[in-house]
Amino acid sequence: MTVAKQIVLTCLTLAFAFPRVALAQSTALVSSEKDNAITIVNLKDFSVQGTIGTCKRPRHLQLSPDRKQLLVACSNDHAADVIDLATRKSVGRIPLGDNPETFDISPDGKTLYVSNEDEGELTFVDLASKKTVGEVKVGKEPEGVKVSADGKTVYVTSEVTSMVHVVDTASRKITKNISVGKRPRRLALTPDGSELWVTNELDASVSVISTKDLKVIATVKFAVKGARAADITPVGILMSRDGKRAFVALGRVNHVAYVDVAKREVTQLVLAGKRAWNLALNRDESQLFVVNGLSDDMTVIDVASAKALKSVAVGRVPYAVVLID
Amino acid sequence: MRRRVTSGLAPQWVARVGAFLRLAGRCLGLCLCVTAQAAPWNLTLLEQATSPQLERSRLERAYLGHAGGSASDGVAVALDEAQFELEAAKLAVTIKTEPVATLDAARIAAQKAEKAGAPLLLVNLPAAWVSGVAAAVKLPVLNISASDDVLRERDCQANVYHLLPSERMRADALAQALMARKWTQVLLLAGPTPDDAQRSAVAQAAIKRYGLKLVAVKPFKLSTDPRERSLANLTLLTANMAYDVVWVVDSDGEFARGLPYNTAQARPVVGDAGLVALAWQAQFERFGAPQVSRRFAKAAKRPMTDHDWAAWMAGKAIAAAATSAPRGEPALVVKALLEANLDGSKGVAMQFRAWDRQLRQPVLLTDGQGVIATMPLEGVLHPRNALDTLGADEAEKLCKPKT
Repeated sequence: MTVAKQIVLTCLTLAFAFPRVALAQSTALVSSEKDNAITIVNLKDFSVQGTIGTCKRPRHLQLSPDRKQLLVACSNDHAADVIDLATRKSVGRIPLGDNPETFDISPDGKTLYVSNEDEGELTFVDLASKKTVGEVKVGKEPEGVKVSADGKTVYVTSEVTSMVHVVDTASRKITKNISVGKRPRRLALTPDGSELWVTNELDASVSVISTKDLKVIATVKFAVKGARAADITPVGILMSRDGKRAFVALGRVNHVAYVDVAKREVTQLVLAGKRAWNLALNRDESQLFVVNGLSDDMTVIDVASAKALKSVAVGRVPYAVVLID
Repeated sequence: MRRRVTSGLAPQWVARVGAFLRLAGRCLGLCLCVTAQAAPWNLTLLEQATSPQLERSRLERAYLGHAGGSASDGVAVALDEAQFELEAAKLAVTIKTEPVATLDAARIAAQKAEKAGAPLLLVNLPAAWVSGVAAAVKLPVLNISASDDVLRERDCQANVYHLLPSERMRADALAQALMARKWTQVLLLAGPTPDDAQRSAVAQAAIKRYGLKLVAVKPFKLSTDPRERSLANLTLLTANMAYDVVWVVDSDGEFARGLPYNTAQARPVVGDAGLVALAWQAQFERFGAPQVSRRFAKAAKRPMTDHDWAAWMAGKAIAAAATSAPRGEPALVVKALLEANLDGSKGVAMQFRAWDRQLRQPVLLTDGQGVIATMPLEGVLHPRNALDTLGADEAEKLCKPKT
């Protein structure tokens, strides 16, 4: 056997022996509310590689600060499932309180802040001890949760009261309630932390909040040709790393909008699947991933050409996507 | 029953009035520096005393489209949810439920509430009483449960706001579904009461509007008398003709309850049994509806019916009016109601239609176990808003309030 042959064989053996390690480098993970599973999609050819069984009604997904674990908010298990990305196995649960929907993690990686839909609470969970260390009463049906870069402030939306609550993490108190549009959903911070963008599902808009003055300084309205305002229901929002562009999933109107952050203007609209919901960008920001809650698929968009490249069938009622690339 | 939602106001700030007063009254944020307190909104909910709808045996049967309990439950849940907004507006809202035994008692109670300075009135009363009460006061009247079209058409009054879908909206929703399924041949069975006669006419108009065909209209009667079997026997009533679907109009509910699976032919039943058009159903899964149903069930210890949803929406309308016009100026309250975009967890913001003050809304079709479809049907077109394909539209000019 020649050396070359041996190398090829070794590589093949390695590839078969450790496929998971190789795949974990470049995958999209999609939670499906009705499948109790995470679908694994290969980012090279967008093929579905399998699923990871998880907890009941998995929704929000977020990587641990060291990017070694995936945390899954499980609304019907009242906990987060912790999935080890190397083995793709559940390695534990963290109680998150009643009906958790979305969460964010403090910059030091120690505390998790989660919205509890039913109770109307923001719960503080210590990740090391897995214990609840605090609760703040907020408006009913809290949804989006975002921690400031300095870890001092948590922003949380309440769908029922149409407010963003500003919570001081040290005192665990609401310091300000900011009225925004109808049914506020998700949040994104500009990279410099000066602006907080909030999607308003029943107002076809995004409210832009100054984090210094804690008030709404602008509203970006969405319009799609041929569609009525009532069908434009923005939920998912994401910002590019340079903070120049925001991507907003427009829900029932099945499009994603590109927004020029400085000008607060929509620059492009891209057709996705039914009820375009949550979003993720790959590392070089060349591709945008959109999960479509009502067509059970995920649209991959080429950001530069603003065109859909592919639509990938995932589980039932997909909710969120996280990329490992 | 009294429920109080209090604002967390520091008394020392109350005295701070001046140039900031007007501004603060409208301030929606939690302004700690500038504070002014509006007088509390002490509201009255008029409910029929010993209402036949709320008799125990009737509640136990839980007919679809019938009340599940007092309207005060839904209103209270909505006001509890609105606490943050009301606190921001420095406003307390209280609701007193007042049972009234007669129309006269209802009128007197309404006038008393108006004199006491209530900015609006809530009623959970039969249609004729709603009319009488609304005519006796100038206040906006939130009609929670009377779905009769007459209140939106012939006896329409400018100060009445309707939360529950009208009978015509319900009939239109069903007719759209039948059209979509190509179940075009309709056998209509109608009950003996005047209410049934009115609703049968509404159903027939919807059948015509959507190009369905009425195979026959047959009266029915609840009876076991063999001499009346042609009116009472389910097999006889539904035999010897061809139809795609049986549409039953039965305001009482007992006859309709027994009809599905008892027809002579294997055909579905719609209307007051089988597939029923309702404002709400506790198993509705979309748009955050499970959270609403869960909150209601937790507070009221029973499942949330369509009437409860309407009461909850009345509470939301109050919160919207109170936060935008906390001082309760009559013109501003009316403006706030007419401009309100209400979120009723049905996926769209809903408004009171300018022409008859009926809350524009999607209608759910349910078999009582879950939601089978949401109307208007996807693809049904309307020049302005597809929701306005359900119920009386503007151009028909059916509501001409006497001024």
